[in-house]
Amino acid sequence: MDLDFTPAEEAFRAEARAWLRAHVPPVPLPSLETGEGFAAHRTWEAELAADRWSVVNWPARYGGRDAGLIRWLVFEEEYYAAGAPGRVGQNGVSLLAPTLFDHGTQEQRARVLPSMATGEVVWAQAWSEPEAGSDLASLRSRAVRADGGWRLSGQKTWSSRAAFADRAFGLFRSDPAPARPHQGLTYLMFDLRAPGVTVRPIGRLDGKPAFAELFLDDVFVPDEDVIGEAGQGWRVAMSTAGDERGLTLRSPGRFLAAADRLHGLWRDRGCPAWARDRVADALSGARAYQLFAYAAASRFLDGESIGPESSLNKVFWSEYDIALHETALDLLGEEGESADSAWAEAYVFALAGPVYAGTNEIQRDIIAERLLGLPKGRR
Amino acid sequence: MRFLLDTEQRAFAASLDAMLTAADTPRAVRDWSRGEHARGRALWARIAEAGVFALAVPEAYEGLGPRPVELAVAFVELGRHAVPGPLVETVVAATLLLDPGPAKRFLPALASGESTATVAHEGSYAVDGDAATLRLALAADGLRLAPGHGPVRPSLDPARRLTRLLPGGELLAPDPPVDRALLWARLATAAQALGVGLALLERTVAYVGQRVQFGVPIGSFQAVKHRLADAKTALEFARPLVLGAAVTMAPADVAAAKVSACEASYATARTALQLHGAIGYTAEYDLSLWLTKARALRTAWGTPDECRAEILAARA
Ligand SMILES: Cc1cc2nc3c(=O)[nH]c(=O)nc-3n(C[C@H](O)[C@H](O)[C@H](O)COP(=O)(O)OP(=O)(O)OC[C@H]3O[C@@H](n4cnc5c(N)ncnc54)[C@H](O)[C@@H]3O)c2cc1C
Repeated sequence: MDLDFTPAEEAFRAEARAWLRAHVPPVPLPSLETGEGFAAHRTWEAELAADRWSVVNWPARYGGRDAGLIRWLVFEEEYYAAGAPGRVGQNGVSLLAPTLFDHGTQEQRARVLPSMATGEVVWAQAWSEPEAGSDLASLRSRAVRADGGWRLSGQKTWSSRAAFADRAFGLFRSDPAPARPHQGLTYLMFDLRAPGVTVRPIGRLDGKPAFAELFLDDVFVPDEDVIGEAGQGWRVAMSTAGDERGLTLRSPGRFLAAADRLHGLWRDRGCPAWARDRVADALSGARAYQLFAYAAASRFLDGESIGPESSLNKVFWSEYDIALHETALDLLGEEGESADSAWAEAYVFALAGPVYAGTNEIQRDIIAERLLGLPKGRR
Repeated sequence: MRFLLDTEQRAFAASLDAMLTAADTPRAVRDWSRGEHARGRALWARIAEAGVFALAVPEAYEGLGPRPVELAVAFVELGRHAVPGPLVETVVAATLLLDPGPAKRFLPALASGESTATVAHEGSYAVDGDAATLRLALAADGLRLAPGHGPVRPSLDPARRLTRLLPGGELLAPDPPVDRALLWARLATAAQALGVGLALLERTVAYVGQRVQFGVPIGSFQAVKHRLADAKTALEFARPLVLGAAVTMAPADVAAAKVSACEASYATARTALQLHGAIGYTAEYDLSLWLTKARALRTAWGTPDECRAEILAARA
C-alpha cells in the first residue's frame, strides 16, 4: 500500500509537464463542438501525436509510449493541470481502440489506430437510435449480407461530433429474427462520407452543432470492417465497456484540475461562507476519485478486471461534475449566466454526464444487481 | 505506486472479521449499554491480542507501530461489528502519552490491552469514562490523569456512555502532541464510520433480498435498488480516502476521509432505516446498533464543518 511513484514515473511526469508547458496553446481553442473549434482541436491532436503524447498508454507501434495505466493517470493529471484542450478523438480512443485491442484483427489495428492517434481520422460512436436508447439492444438499423461485405440501412442518433467526424462505429442488426434481442447484432465500422450516408447536425442544449443524426441508405461496408464475429456484436461492444473505460472515459486529472480552479474562483470572490462546504467537498471528491482510480489501476495491473465497478465510477463522476460546475456558476453570480465563459461551457457539458455512457439509472441497476447481488426486477 | 492492501493486510482484516463474527458482538453491545462491561472487556482483550491497539504504540514501548494503514484496516472491522467501548479514545491516548515525560509509562499496558483509555478536554464529554481504566483530560496546562468522572449520561448511541471528567489529577505532560493525536483520532473514527456504513449496507441488502411485499422481494424494486446503489457508491469512494489518508497522514487528507466516511455512513444509515420499514425503528432489532453509531461518529473528533475548514486551510 503506497502512493509513491517510481523515479521513472516521476521522470515521466516531469517530461510531460515540460512538454505541455512548451506546447499548450496560451489562448484557449474555440469550442470543439463547433466546426472551427473541431479543426483547431484536430491540429492540436496532431501536435500531441508528433511527440507521441496523444495516446501514451498504447503500444509504440501505433503511436503510443507503452506507458501503462499508472503513467496514463500521471499524464492526465499533468495534462489537465496545464489547462490543455479537450480531446476531440476521445470516443475513438476510449471506446473503439480498446475494442480493437481485444477483438480486432492485426490488420484492423494497423489500419485504424495510427490515424486515430494523430487525429487524422476522428471517430464517432453510432450506437443510439431514435427507438433504442437505454434499451440499446432494441436497435433496428440493419446490416444485410452483400458480396464481400454488408449493406447498412437505418437511422442512428445523438452521435457526438459526428457532424465533423470522419468515420463511425456501431451496432447493426444482422439477424432480423433472433431468439433474443442481444443476439444477431454485428459491430461494424463505416465511413461518414460513404455514398448513402446523410449526416444531419443537431444543436445541443447550448445550440452548438455537436451531435448528429445519421441516415444510412444501403451503405456498403467491406468485410474487413466487421469487428469480431458477425452476429456477436453485443458481446464485442460490451466486453470493453466495463474495464478500462471505467477509468479512461473521464480521468481524475480532469476533476483535480477543475476542483483546483473552483477553489481559486472561490478565493478570488472573497471566500464566501455559503459556498465553503461545496468547495471543500469538491476538493475531497476529486481526491477520492483520484485515489479510487489509483486503486483500480493497481488492481488492473495485478490482472484483475474492473468490470461492473466502472458503474460506480460513472455515477460518481457525473454527479460530481454537475455539483462542481453548479457551485462555480453560483459563485460567478450574474457573470455565470453569460454563456460564452469557459465555466458555462463546462457546465453545459457536465449536465449531459448522467445521460450518456449509459444513464445513471441504468448504472444504478448494474451496481444493485451485479455488485450488491439484488434480484433482477422489471425494467 | 501500488495503492492496494497487501495480502497480509487483507488477511489481518479477514481474521478480525472472523473473530468478531464468532463473538456475538450485538450481545456485548447491549450489555455495555446497560453498564455491564464484562462481555465487552472479554471482546476487547481478544482485539488487543490481535494487536489492534499495539498498532498505535511505537515498538520502543512494546507496541507494533505506528502503523496507521493497519490501524485503519482494523477500525473498519471494529465498525463493521459495532464493537463497543472507547476504541478511538484508546488510540488517541496512545498518541498523547508519547511525551518524553512520565506519561509514557502507560504505553505498554495500552498496547497489550491491559488498560483502556478515554480522553476528552477537561469539562467535556469523555466516552465511557466509567469503563476506561485510564481517564485523560486535556486541560489548560497540559495532559492530566483525571481523578474520576461525573454521572453517566445517555448518548444517542446507547453504546457510547457519556461522562464528564473531574478536574485536577496528576499532570502527565505539559505539552502533549495534540495535533498528532487529532489526526489519529480522525483517521480511526473515519475508518470505524466506514465500517459502520458497510455493515448497514450489507444488512440492508440482505433484508431487502428476503422481505416480500406485493409478491416479490422489495429488493427487486428499482427505487429500493437505486438508494442502495447510491449508498454503495458513497462508501466505495470514501474507502480510498480513508486508506489514502492513512498512507499520507496529511491533515487535509485525514479531514477529507473523516468528513466523507462519516457522511457516507450517515447517509447509508438513513437509507437502511427507510428500507427496513418499521422494524428498523426498533431498539430490539440489531440494526439499531449501527444506526445510532453512524450518527454519533459524524460529530466525534471533528464535525463536518471543522473537517471542511481543515481541507480548505491546507490550500490557503
Ligand atoms: C451529450 C450527449 C452525447 C451523446 N453522444 C452519443 C454518441 O456519441 N453516440 C451514441 O450512440 N449515443 C450518444 N448519446 C446518447 C446516449 O447514449 C443516450 O442518450 C442514452 O443511452 C439514453 O438514451 P435516451 O436518450 O434514448 O433515453 P431513454 O433511454 O429514453 O431514457 C430516458 C429516461 O428514462 C430512464 N430510463 C430508461 N430506461 C430505464 C429503466 N429501465 N429504468 C430506469 N430508468 C430508465 C433513463 O435513465 C432516462 O432518465 C449522447 C447523449 C448525450 C446527451
